[in-house]
Amino acid sequence: MNKTEYQKAWLFVIPVFILVAFNAAVPLMTVVNYSFQETFGNNVFTWEGTRWFKQILQSDRFHAALGRQFLFTGIILFIQIPLGIFIALTMPKEGIGVSVCLVLMSMPLLIPWNVVGAMWNIFALPEIGFLGHTLNDLGFDYNFTQQTGDAWFTTVLMDVWHWTSLVVLLSYAGLRSIQPAYYQAAEIDGASRWAVFRYIELPKMKKVLTIAILLRFMDSFMIYTEPFVLTGGGPGNATAFLSIDLVKMALGQFDLGPAAAMSLIYFFIVLLVCWVFYNLMMRNEEQS
Amino acid sequence: MSKITLSDLSHSYLDKQNSDSDWALRDINLDWQDGGAYALLGPSGCGKTTLLNIISGLLNPTKGKVLFDDKDVTTQSPVERNIAQIFQFPVIYDTMTVYANLAFPLKNRGMTDAEIDRRVKEIADMLELTKTLNNRASGLTADGKQKISLGRGLVRSNVNVIMFDEPLTVIDPHLKWVLRSKLKELHQKINRTMIYVTHDQTEALTFADQVVVMHEGQIVQTGTPVELFEKPKHTFVGHFIGSPGMNILPCQIKNGYAAIDGVEISTNTQIKKSNFSKTEIGIRPEFVSFDKKGIPAKILKVSNTGRHKIIDTQCNSGKIKVLSHSSKEIPSGSVFLSFNKKYTYAYGDSWIIE
Repeated sequence: MNKTEYQKAWLFVIPVFILVAFNAAVPLMTVVNYSFQETFGNNVFTWEGTRWFKQILQSDRFHAALGRQFLFTGIILFIQIPLGIFIALTMPKEGIGVSVCLVLMSMPLLIPWNVVGAMWNIFALPEIGFLGHTLNDLGFDYNFTQQTGDAWFTTVLMDVWHWTSLVVLLSYAGLRSIQPAYYQAAEIDGASRWAVFRYIELPKMKKVLTIAILLRFMDSFMIYTEPFVLTGGGPGNATAFLSIDLVKMALGQFDLGPAAAMSLIYFFIVLLVCWVFYNLMMRNEEQS
Repeated sequence: MSKITLSDLSHSYLDKQNSDSDWALRDINLDWQDGGAYALLGPSGCGKTTLLNIISGLLNPTKGKVLFDDKDVTTQSPVERNIAQIFQFPVIYDTMTVYANLAFPLKNRGMTDAEIDRRVKEIADMLELTKTLNNRASGLTADGKQKISLGRGLVRSNVNVIMFDEPLTVIDPHLKWVLRSKLKELHQKINRTMIYVTHDQTEALTFADQVVVMHEGQIVQTGTPVELFEKPKHTFVGHFIGSPGMNILPCQIKNGYAAIDGVEISTNTQIKKSNFSKTEIGIRPEFVSFDKKGIPAKILKVSNTGRHKIIDTQCNSGKIKVLSHSSKEIPSGSVFLSFNKKYTYAYGDSWIIE
């Protein structure tokens, strides 16, 4: 099919363009500005070139935060995606159960992030929190404010609680769009439950799962509020993910230059991973 | 391969049934011979897909039995019944190759690789899919995909019946003809019982030896295409089959004779009963002609379809369509219509009186 050229159409894009300029491009340029300069306040800047970028890329602190970040995102994706699919598969397909499940599933998504952090903080406190107290009663030495493993366990659990629903809802939508004839054909072909999942449900869910993985990757990679409220990045730096570390550097130490360079590197990593992942999935699509 | 019998079959999708309209199927009785080609014909919502799903075992009937070779299979699953079904739109396994798609039903039944390979190649050859065997199935065109779903039914050598649920719905018009001839050819080659569900009379009449016409959950007539055309047992069959459909006119019945607008009409069958709440005369447009005497009517419209002329006329009791050869001269204004006795039938409460 031939596309018709209609240059005036660009005019209609202008409002969006202006909006994006103000809420994204302009603030981003300020960051770019900071990342190449040194400032001591009073609007006095000195040019530093790529010094901050080199410093960040070579710093052990950044490497450690990045490592923690990838580990965290990896763990939660590894849990949330299969768990979400599994829950979606077991959800009822008709009747009153559908609405009940959907409402229950949406609940965690509706809670503000800092509230989630505060809730889990109290819930997990070793002395008074229900989770913390129960675990200690059961004989586990559990204290998320002191022990690295416990802090990670609690953060991961909180994120799974908060966000698995998103994967469930997307997967459920994908599953519901499969025509009954596919299941009927599989039944006639004598397919096992696993084969139905592997050859019908999973391929049909591919698009929504791509979206789910992308969203969960981005959100978890940029996670800030919940761990900030829950552990504050501690104990020590054990749960200081990239964004927490970044805020410490920018607002705690007031190292604006390095912090700006770090934001940009951070931003490019997110962009790069999303781009690679999306293209891999879509290239696969085109081949078929 | 087997004979299929449906006895006193009724089905409802509701838990409680208060009136006839709560039933999707009512009192179905059928006998289908082994190796025949049958069509289930009816408009959307008449219950034909429900009936098909009951035969295949995807649905359990509310009442009645399904028998394969006189063996009760009513509670058996589709796998146990060993049937094949082809759906309205092509159902394929997207991520598999064409070969894997065809092999899938055999693999699930635990056949050896060598046997699978032999069967798949044979069927691919029959359906002209050999060249695309190693392609991803999702890359094929709609008719290619539908061939795959057909092939998955055919690879199993011992299926009892192959069922088609409006299989040409998504196929381009010019390919419909090709695929339909292919099906007919396949039927002759493999000699398996085939049931073809459709709302398209051309598809049904060209495919099947026996056509079952369904209307509001009931079977109104079973017969060869010629029987359905020449002697519709129900006014619905007259309407539904033929283009344009049968003329149905209200009539009076007195002393064994029918009359329209006071003009006596001789019918093919003798009228022995007259205690109906509604009596009608049915005559196909093909068998109505202009005459010097008969039913007085006015010509409303003449449309030329190329081969035929369809003439819309109006008499006191209603509209009558007349079909005549396009080369024939058509009188204008007021005319008299006469009916060919051999193809004129009287209907009481929509059913033929004989």
